Amino acid sequence: MKLVYFAWLRERVGKPDEEIDLPADVSTVADLIAWLKGRDERYEHAFENTDVIRAAIDHVHVKAHAALAGAREIAFFPPMTGG
Amino acid sequence: MSRTVRVQREDFDVADEIEALTYGTRDVGAVTAFVGLCRDEGGRLSGLELEHYPGMAEAEIDRVVAEAEARWPLLGATVIHRYGLIPPGGQIVLVAVTSSHRAAAFAATDFLMDFLKTRAPFWKREHLVNGTLGPWIEAATEDDQAATRWSGG
Repeated sequence: MKLVYFAWLRERVGKPDEEIDLPADVSTVADLIAWLKGRDERYEHAFENTDVIRAAIDHVHVKAHAALAGAREIAFFPPMTGG
Repeated sequence: MSRTVRVQREDFDVADEIEALTYGTRDVGAVTAFVGLCRDEGGRLSGLELEHYPGMAEAEIDRVVAEAEARWPLLGATVIHRYGLIPPGGQIVLVAVTSSHRAAAFAATDFLMDFLKTRAPFWKREHLVNGTLGPWIEAATEDDQAATRWSGG
């Protein structure tokens, strides 16, 4: 599964994207964030304030309870500031 | 209904886009265009850098335009959003809409801008006049509030 990061989240994680093997007990976006935070302090810092983390699965906005099953690409990013 | 969505580094020409939207039409009575420009924030900024999520940016704008088409009797819509470094005075975004009457065109343009700001995956970062990188711009709560006024209708 591919993870992609944008804006300050990308900077804090230290890379724009990565491939991960999803652990069996990680089934939702919220689970994935919790699992990432446990990897090391960079992820812990990047995801420290989950209120300002937005997620998308395969280019569609999703909430934290969204299921990861079948997803190809999960994106994490701060609230959007375009327009 | 003609629909054009482009996400690009290059600048755009508003007159050309309006011409493309109205060329050969006989039923269009109104065309509205909103152009968002880069401000220097009182001389503080040398520009704004826009990062985007390639693929999702186009897809999300397309979904927002489809929602506008479902709400108002539109005849055409063009949305262009730029990315990269844009200097003060430079064009960032164009929303242009055609309809038979002006009310639908004005309302749809306003709706499209509100939802582009809160849903299209773009992030702005300040570049300062002293040559350093400034902070990522934080999302404005008034933008979220502006977007919520369209719900429940």
